Amino acid sequence: MNKRRQFLLNTTALAASSALPLGVRAQTPIKVGVLHPVTGFLAYSGNLSRLGATMAIEDINKAGGIKSLGGARLQALLGDAQSQPQAGVAEVEKMNEAGVSAVVGAYASAICLATTQAAAKYNLPHIVDVGVADQIVERGLKNTFRFGPGYKTVTEASIAQLHVLNTVAGKPAKTVMIVHEESLFGTGTANLLSQQLPALGLEVKEVIKHANPTRDFSNIVLRIKAVNPDILIPANYYNEYALLVRTLRQQGVQPKAIYSVLGGAASSYKFVKEFADAANGVLDVNHWFNPKDKRAWALKKRVDAMPDQFFTYEVYMNYTALHLLADAIERARSAKREDILRSLESSKWSGHVMPYGPTQFVNGQNIGAAPLMMQVQKNDIKVVLPREYRESEPVFPWKA
Amino acid sequence: MFEFGIVFSAILNGLTQGAVYALIALGLTLIYGVLHIINFAHGAALMMALYGVYFLQRSFGLDPYVSLVVMVPLMFAAGYAAYRWVIGRASHGKDENILLVTLGLAIVLENLALFLWKSDTRTIETGWTYKMVPIGPALLPLPKVLAFAGALAVAAVLLFFIKKSDLGRAIRACAKERQGARLVGIDVEHVFAMSFGIGLACLGAAACFLLPAYYVNPTVGNGFVLVAFTIVVLGGMGSFAGALAGGLLIGVVESLGGLWFGESLGQMGIFLIFIAVLLFRPQGLFKA
Repeated sequence: MNKRRQFLLNTTALAASSALPLGVRAQTPIKVGVLHPVTGFLAYSGNLSRLGATMAIEDINKAGGIKSLGGARLQALLGDAQSQPQAGVAEVEKMNEAGVSAVVGAYASAICLATTQAAAKYNLPHIVDVGVADQIVERGLKNTFRFGPGYKTVTEASIAQLHVLNTVAGKPAKTVMIVHEESLFGTGTANLLSQQLPALGLEVKEVIKHANPTRDFSNIVLRIKAVNPDILIPANYYNEYALLVRTLRQQGVQPKAIYSVLGGAASSYKFVKEFADAANGVLDVNHWFNPKDKRAWALKKRVDAMPDQFFTYEVYMNYTALHLLADAIERARSAKREDILRSLESSKWSGHVMPYGPTQFVNGQNIGAAPLMMQVQKNDIKVVLPREYRESEPVFPWKA
Repeated sequence: MFEFGIVFSAILNGLTQGAVYALIALGLTLIYGVLHIINFAHGAALMMALYGVYFLQRSFGLDPYVSLVVMVPLMFAAGYAAYRWVIGRASHGKDENILLVTLGLAIVLENLALFLWKSDTRTIETGWTYKMVPIGPALLPLPKVLAFAGALAVAAVLLFFIKKSDLGRAIRACAKERQGARLVGIDVEHVFAMSFGIGLACLGAAACFLLPAYYVNPTVGNGFVLVAFTIVVLGGMGSFAGALAGGLLIGVVESLGGLWFGESLGQMGIFLIFIAVLLFRPQGLFKA
């Protein structure tokens, strides 16, 4: 190439680049805070959440980054909330100092309550990945957006679906017992269930609260045995759930249904693999991907191919949350916090794998978000309700 | 009010759970009784032992109870080495240094586990996980009955060993009077390391009995270590019979408390007894 042509090429490139916005010219990466409890008692879920988020960032960057910003790449700033709200807040402060454009996280309700508030001080957009407590989006924080459903929506859906299930089967269930963990998620869910189930003709015989961790479920199972409810509703995290179901099996306690709300075997491939016998028949109303969407199955295949990883809701909820953020930045054509906030407020994003329809935030809550009901059948998880997503007919009452 | 069958079952459940607590506390009380140090790494060592049992089963198909013959010597060797070459050396004769070293060890071990095996909760299923043993109106899981028997056996062996063997006498001598023991020719450092090793060997046994009914993850030890410390103080520091009785008592109190007051409030009973013992019998239920 001769000198004249080289000069022309260089000056053209310079002229073109100076006409573009700053972000495009520099193509500086857009920093995104990825905040989860990757240590402490929530570490298992936190790590899966982080996996989903980092997979999404990798995919977004591989697909050319944020195109409206000249292919700017997303750069993850990983934070560890250590399963404690105050540690989550400290991470938000650090992320703010580091100049992140938004934060995605922080899995548990109690942590999300604290981190969204900390982020609000800096007008920092915070997409809540899971955190189901409804207070998260009920405090009027303009920076907080939750893509998934809150426990009010999930609990109401679970009550409505339980009613359908029971009515179709000829109302074999009349009594219910609730076993829940003691934090915001378990207590809130149990309170809502206790208030609303009696209106459907289901008597709540007893509500048992337990600590995290609970080392032995023998006594709780003894009480379940004494009460002998038709339906047992557990609302707790994985470790306690596994111990509870195993102890039920050991003591030969078999209600007409184990009907979990947010956290049951029917939403965990890991549980189904490890406790195949105990898991079969368990019903669960939980976050779940759209089983009719081929992209969800392709994503599952990728996660299944990783050693010791399972395609759990933590993975795809975070994968989706990061894509939601990328879409907002894309449409905002800016990595500035106030522009991203405006863009999220008006989001109509529908390119996700969840059964939510087009996104629409009202006071920070995606109003289309809804759970599905799954059941473990023949060592696999099948969507049984609602009908439009159904993969298999529900079996109720369950006979072991 | 609960019917007799349920209360009876709850007492038996408490005894079996308490037996596992006792096994963990036995190691702790030996280490405290002889070395006069509070081993903060006890929970982390239990966690490592649980991983050991888990991988022996997963990699070599070894039954958790067969793993006893591997895990007990392995944990003993690890404990001996840890004291001889890390804890003892770093102490420079000061007990407060040992406290910090064991705390440091706990942090290192927990994070090492997190790095190597991630935070994933792991469990094992064996052919007899769901086997039940009927005792009167109660049904007890076989792994828990075996854990109970195992705890009694380990406590008996330890008591016999401390009372009758030369090393046991040396351990007791060191516990009473270090300088005196040194003057009569006892290799105090060796005895200390042996005590630490035996303490961890107890955890090796505890892990083999515990895993079939429980799970393992990097923070699993924390849930047990606070209870184990309570049992050690309750039973009398350095007392094996005290650790066993204290473990069983705490197990039953926790179980009945959980049954009557709920699982969260039920834990209160443990600490009420603990405070009562400190107020009225500060030396513990048994003499060290």
